[in-house]
This record gives sequence, structure tokens and C-alpha cells, in this order.
Amino acid sequence: MEAIINIENVHKHFGRIHALRGVSLDVSRGEVVVIIGPSGSGKSTLLRCINRLEEYDAGRIVVDGIPLDTTQNINAVRREIGIVFQSFNLFAHLTVMQNLTLAQRVVRKRPKGESQKIALDLLTKVGIPDKAGAYPIQLSGGQQQRVAIARALAMNPKIMLFDEPTSALDPEMIKEVLDVMLDLAKEGMTMVVVSHEMGFARAAANRMILMDEGQIVEEATPEKFFASSHERIRSFLGKVLHM
Amino acid sequence: MDKRFEPGPGDSKLFYLPGSKLLAHIDPWWGLVALAVGLTVILVTVKADPFLNILLFVRDGVAVTALITVTSFGLVLIVGLIGGLGRLSRNPFFHLIATLYVEIVRGIPLLVQLIWWYFAFPVVIQGVGRWLNVSALANYQANAIFTAIVGLTVCYGAYMSEIYRAGIQSIPKGQAEAARSLGMTPFQSMRHVILPQAVRMVLPPVGNEFIALLKDSCLVSVVAVADLTRRGREFMAVHFNPIEVWTMVALLYLVMTLFSARGVAWLEKKTRFER
Repeated sequence: MEAIINIENVHKHFGRIHALRGVSLDVSRGEVVVIIGPSGSGKSTLLRCINRLEEYDAGRIVVDGIPLDTTQNINAVRREIGIVFQSFNLFAHLTVMQNLTLAQRVVRKRPKGESQKIALDLLTKVGIPDKAGAYPIQLSGGQQQRVAIARALAMNPKIMLFDEPTSALDPEMIKEVLDVMLDLAKEGMTMVVVSHEMGFARAAANRMILMDEGQIVEEATPEKFFASSHERIRSFLGKVLHM
Repeated sequence: MDKRFEPGPGDSKLFYLPGSKLLAHIDPWWGLVALAVGLTVILVTVKADPFLNILLFVRDGVAVTALITVTSFGLVLIVGLIGGLGRLSRNPFFHLIATLYVEIVRGIPLLVQLIWWYFAFPVVIQGVGRWLNVSALANYQANAIFTAIVGLTVCYGAYMSEIYRAGIQSIPKGQAEAARSLGMTPFQSMRHVILPQAVRMVLPPVGNEFIALLKDSCLVSVVAVADLTRRGREFMAVHFNPIEVWTMVALLYLVMTLFSARGVAWLEKKTRFER
């Protein structure tokens, strides 16, 4: 299958810390890749390199045919990539509706009416059309994260990145966010998800990736991954599944 | 207890005593405004000579003080924004210029700066005019109000730069990341996401700057501007009644600063949002 994200031998340093040590990864159109690994293993850094929120020091990343290291207009690439953050990062001074329409209007140049219609459709899709007039602070964590997903989708991205989307949520709110993500996966969205939600991985992932110390150490389909007798996988799964 | 008399989230709890009904109703700052205005009115009506005469004599000074303060402050908001963005700029040239500006201006007393702008600046312009052979510049004469506004703006712009810088830096990094990842340019992110939040954050210190500027504007009285302070001095030079004159001048400044403070508080309440 055609690769929409092509990562080749990427290195990244934070001062003296070598955060990514030669990571290579291809993601096909419509594929759902779930990345797991211990804290500090470089999974979030890798994800943030894909839309260049982090600059990488060496290697090559090509997204949808556009190499990130040579492109002058990173914004053209970024509007094709939606990202959902652990801490939601909704615009605190804007209502939910304004959060969803701002980038549509200033980046996509959509007229007000059209952007509002798209926003309302997406809010309906994530199950909170009644919150259009609310401010982020008035929403629960789960609702905020669903708004954040809708905000990213409003730009019609070709790829969605999720950086630990449920890690900041109370347990009872995790499911409502995962359900939205499952729907997206079923619709054929290309997704790269950093998450330790193994239920989601089992249900939606085409591929599981285990990272450690800045490198990809294992890569397998969920069936093989969960059944693996590999020492590192067993040890890590033991921790996240509390076995 | 009656719900009406319990302090709300925005109310001052300073004067709130359990069981007290009347005091809890009064905002202490409005009380102070009433006191200052009331005292002024009483003095002017009960003892018209000299208080009414002083008031009538200095009223154009009040207008000049208000004009200089409001004009300078409007410019300070613009200069401060540019300076603040310069201080945060990754471009070493803009950063250096903004940093030099802030550090130099902050190290020189405002009075000295005002004197420099009034006495030295025109001579510099005249010299440049003679050198370039431009008669309009060579014959340049300082306009006292103009140089006073320039001096106050340059000085307060430096302090305002630091306030803006701190305000912009106080906005969590994730806000800009979210904006940029939606494809916004750095300018769009600043304009639509960071600044609107930063401005609300810095409103209290900006309000303080306005009141400080209003008070510091009295320094322009030494560089030929007929502001409230200078008009007071002129009245005293003729009638020699320092207690009455300076009490009246002090009261007028107090009334202006108190009203400004209430204005700032109102603006803060209007634009408040929770994070």
C-alpha cells in the first residue's frame, strides 16, 4: 500500500539527550498505527516530528509526498495533519464554536456560514452539539478532548496524530473519547496514536509499535503483538495491563 | 444570613464582617471616590474663595494633564506591543534593538528624559537640519506638549514592553502549538490566539501603568507644559496660599486616579475568562 508518512532514520537531540536514535517508519494511507513504550522513549517526540512541532536533527520525513526538511511552507503540510494533545489545548478565550471555526476561517478561508455548518456537523458527530456556545473551562475533560478532535477534523486533515489523548482524563471519560477515535478509524482515517489504551489498540490498530530509548524495538499486528512471547513486549504489556 | 449580604466572588471581602448588613453593601473603593468628590464639592461650595477660584484657574491644566496622559498612553500601548514582540523575537537584530531600548530607558530617571526631550532633542534636530541644509529642520522649535508626550511615551513604552513580554510568555505553550498545528502562521497564531489571551492577562498591570502615568505626567510641569501641577504653581505664585492650592491639586489628582482605577476594574470584569 502507498505510504502517506515516510520516516527515514530520524535523529533528535534535546541538549545532551539523544531522544530519537535513527527511527524509520512508513505509515500507509488509511492505516492505524499505535505506538507504545515507556515514558521518555521518544514516542511523543516522534509524533511531534511528523508535523514538525519538533525539528529533527538528521534523517528525512516525507508526508503525502512533501519532504518536511525542504518545504518552506510548513503550514501547507500542517493543515493536512490534525493533532490531538494530551492536554487538549483548546483556545481558552474562545467558545467551542469559535474554537472550531477559527482555523477554518483564517487558514482555509471558508466563509462564516460554511465554517459554522461544518463545525456543528462535527460537534454532532462527537456527541456534543449542545455545547457550541460553551467555553472550554465549562466542559469536562472528555468533552474538551472531543472538541479538540472535532477542531482538528474541521480542517479536513488527511492524517490524524494523537499524543496520549486519554492520559489526562478521568477513567469514566476515557471511553467517550476512544469511541470517537474508533469511529474515525472505521471511516478509514490514517491515524498515528501514542496511547497505552490496549483495548483501543486491539480494536482499531493495524500495527503496534513498541519504542524504547529512542528506537523502535518491536513492530507487529495487534494479534501477534499481544500473543508475543518476546521478553520486552511481555514486560511492557505486563506494566500497562497491570497483569 | 440574608444571601444578598454575602460577598460574591468579585467583591472585596475587606469590609465584610459577619452579621454586618450595611458595610457589606458598600464597595470600599466607591466609598473613597464618593469621599474625594464630596470633599472637593464641599470645599468649592462652602469656601468658594479661594477653592472655586483655584478650580476655575487650574481647570485648563486638568484638561492638559488628561490630554497628555491619554495620548501618551494610547501610544504607549502600541510602542509596548512592538517592544514586547521585539523582546521575544528570535531575530537577533530586533531582539537586540528592543533589549537596548528597554535597558537604556529603564536606567534613566523620567525627569531627566523629559528634560532631554525638551531641551536637547530640538538642538539635535537643528544640528541635523543645518548639516543636511534643510531649513525646516534647522529652524525647528520644540513644542512643549509634543516633546512631553514623546518623553512619556518612550519611557512608559519600555516598561510596557516588559509587561507585554511577560503576558505573552504566560500563555501556555500548548496554545501556540495548537494554533500552529492547525496551519496558522506565526502571525495568525499571535493575532488570534496568543495576544487576545495575553491582553486579558496583563490588564491589571496595564491599568496600574495608566494610573502611574497619570501621576508621573506632573513632571512635565518643569518642561513648560501648563498641566495641572504647573497651573497650581502659577496660582500660588500670585496668591501665595499653599495649603489651599496643593490640597485642591492633590484632590483633583486623587479624583482622576480613583475614577481610572474603577474604569480598569470594570474593564477587567468585562473581559475576564476562566482558564
